[in-house]
Amino acid sequence: MAKAQAATHKPEMLLDIRDLRIEARVYPPDEAPKTITLVHDVSLTLKRGKVLGLIGESGAGKSTIGLSSMAFGRGGVKISGGQVLLNGRDILTLGPAGVRKVRGREVCYVAQSAAAAFNPAHKLMDQVVEAALLHGIATRAEAEKRAVALFKKLSLPNPETIGNRYPHQVSGGQLQRVMTATALCSEPDLIVFDEPTTALDVTTQIDVLAAIKDAIRDTHVAALYISHDLAVVAQVADEIVVLRNGRLVERGDTHQIIKLPQQDYTRALVAVHEIDHTEKQPSPSPMLSVKNVTAAYGGGVVKVLKNVSVDLHPGQTLAVVGESGSGKSTLARAITGLLPPEQGSISFDGRTLSNRLADRPKEDLRQLQMIYQMADVAMNPRQTVRTIIGRPLEFYFGMRGKERDQRVAELLDKIEMGTGFADRYPAELSGGQKQRVCIARSLAAKPKLIICDEVTSALDPLVANGILKLLLDLQQEEKVAYLFITHDLATVKSIADAIAVMYRGEVVRYGPKSQVLEPPFDAYTDLLLSSVPEMEQGWLETAIQGRRMESAGN
Amino acid sequence: MRQIPFTAWIGLILTGLFLICAIFAPWIAPYGNGEIVGDVWAPMSSANVLGTDNLGRDLLSRMIYGARITIFIAVLATALAFCLGSILGFTAATVGGKFDMLLSRFVDLLMAIPTLIFALVVLSVLPTTVVTLILVMGILDATRVYRLSRAVAVDINVMDFVEAAKLRGEGMGWIIFREILPNALSPLVSELGLRFIYAVLFLSALSFLGLGVQPPDADWGGMVKENKDGIVFGIPAALIPAGAIALLAISVNLVADWVLNRTSDLKGGRGNG
Repeated sequence: MAKAQAATHKPEMLLDIRDLRIEARVYPPDEAPKTITLVHDVSLTLKRGKVLGLIGESGAGKSTIGLSSMAFGRGGVKISGGQVLLNGRDILTLGPAGVRKVRGREVCYVAQSAAAAFNPAHKLMDQVVEAALLHGIATRAEAEKRAVALFKKLSLPNPETIGNRYPHQVSGGQLQRVMTATALCSEPDLIVFDEPTTALDVTTQIDVLAAIKDAIRDTHVAALYISHDLAVVAQVADEIVVLRNGRLVERGDTHQIIKLPQQDYTRALVAVHEIDHTEKQPSPSPMLSVKNVTAAYGGGVVKVLKNVSVDLHPGQTLAVVGESGSGKSTLARAITGLLPPEQGSISFDGRTLSNRLADRPKEDLRQLQMIYQMADVAMNPRQTVRTIIGRPLEFYFGMRGKERDQRVAELLDKIEMGTGFADRYPAELSGGQKQRVCIARSLAAKPKLIICDEVTSALDPLVANGILKLLLDLQQEEKVAYLFITHDLATVKSIADAIAVMYRGEVVRYGPKSQVLEPPFDAYTDLLLSSVPEMEQGWLETAIQGRRMESAGN
Repeated sequence: MRQIPFTAWIGLILTGLFLICAIFAPWIAPYGNGEIVGDVWAPMSSANVLGTDNLGRDLLSRMIYGARITIFIAVLATALAFCLGSILGFTAATVGGKFDMLLSRFVDLLMAIPTLIFALVVLSVLPTTVVTLILVMGILDATRVYRLSRAVAVDINVMDFVEAAKLRGEGMGWIIFREILPNALSPLVSELGLRFIYAVLFLSALSFLGLGVQPPDADWGGMVKENKDGIVFGIPAALIPAGAIALLAISVNLVADWVLNRTSDLKGGRGNG
């Protein structure tokens, strides 16, 4: 084949990025617009058939660098210096037509959210073969044959027919694999994976990760694997580059980075998951007691909670763990009264709570606060931080004027933010700061219980760690109890006193932390525990072999 | 008020001029509203800057008094439409259930009847006064505003911050005016610009048909009607009020566009990013 012949002429060094500099124009509050540098003279190289991991928190420039290998700058970003040599030529100088020939043929891209990246109006197969047909690499029949082979390789169900479905007809994990097939279909030299498993459940992530790893191995394609999760990258990458604030911190082979990190920042990343937390003993009388609660959506048709009973003791943390669709957020909705349970009762602080939110007295509402997963949408974008935190003070305690502003300042101090933030709007805060403001808002009510619904899931590991530490400190000071909903077992280990594992609406395992995390495990808890990526090379293969049940595949 | 774009300046100046004409009409106008000052359809001259109309009245003075009537009725009708439409729309979205159902179907019922015919029927039964005109126009326009604000509010109502407010125990007033309204402002402001112009055009249409402002007073639409026969003879008197309607439409919308840009900014208007 012509392609095979051409390959022999291609240089060994596939991608060579030299002194890359990327800039963007920003419009900061209270200041004139200015140009900032996102990526400072980063150089990296990638050999044919190898996998390079790009690691860093948000704003580190990892996606920006990844996309520069396709000569693409996202959202007003400008590549202002340096060279990107792909197959021996600088693609930054190619011009629009030349770049179009490179994209989809030599480099392909796998986005974080496959659901948003596929066009919902076209069948999957049409989108999978599109690039191959556009570049004239294969005829439609050949391309479809190749696509089916790729579906098989990526262990998708019904590889022959899945291409006839529309994007909404397959699950998130499957869609991510179809997207990988899309990237592989035109047989590129390089694929950029931009956080392909971040939006997935742990149990699904492991399947997708294994599929991607096998596909990379069998097709000898080179890859840039972008993620903020070092443990995930360690499973697929040969080499790792650690980035921070657009600068290269450290590069080395995978073993060296995770075992012998040279830089302090890399050490912090490797050690990030560990918070020491000693388990508290249950008190004689629980503060929140959920008894035999059954709840359903759609007027009783879809049962999402089946006979759930859990207790939470004053000043302690109960973690509710499970994958998406297990009913853990629904449990929170039942406790807050947003979804009145069909059966069962919820008692709080010695009294039984009304089922419906509208029937509860103000005092009950004050005692029970909630923090959301998406801090962005949990705050009114049109209110300043002062209004957001100050409103519960006005509403519950009737504070006004100076008294209220002073308390707002105290609360801002508590969440380790200065008073200067009081006049900012949510759009002017970073992700971690937004979540801190949400914490301050719930603390303002002086509650006895705060329900934390996946509060750290949308955050970078180091930022999430800061939030967890803050929550633990605040628990010490304010003696507040947390109902902590999460799918991340590392978080659970660092914060919980008791754990309830949920699966398809039922509590499958419940007890003090030490007891729940102690073998023997039931099959589902085992699956959950074994799916948490560990900072070890070769963990993925061991975990896949050792599994006793399939994930629910959400 | 720094960095007002060029187009917004044009809009602000023109709208300002129209408003000044409307407010100070008796002082600005060179002649009285019904005063006959010369020949029928006299050409432009130094005495009559825009010429005279079909009865020999000074067209410039008529235009200035017309601005007063047109803008006064259109502003009040639009204000009524927005207050009524948005409050009912927001309430329907927040309360939901049967209330929403009843109100929405009632609005559908009103909208199913062509607006102009509905207005014609009502106005031919009721005495044609300025108050009835404003009420009829306001209520008919409110149906459109209701649909828009309900649709916008339904989307906002399911956001986490509204849920957070409900969990806090906030009343309906806070949720509608402090949580939903500020976030619904952008589409409403752009609709406001359009609705005002529709009100001007609607009033003109009614006057043209003889059911709007009654002579000797006239709004711009009525003036088009009075002078329409002149077009056949090449007399531009009908085109001048028509042009004024177009100019008002454009200038009001230039201002609305600018306000829209300001209100859609999530950083309190501090950046333009």
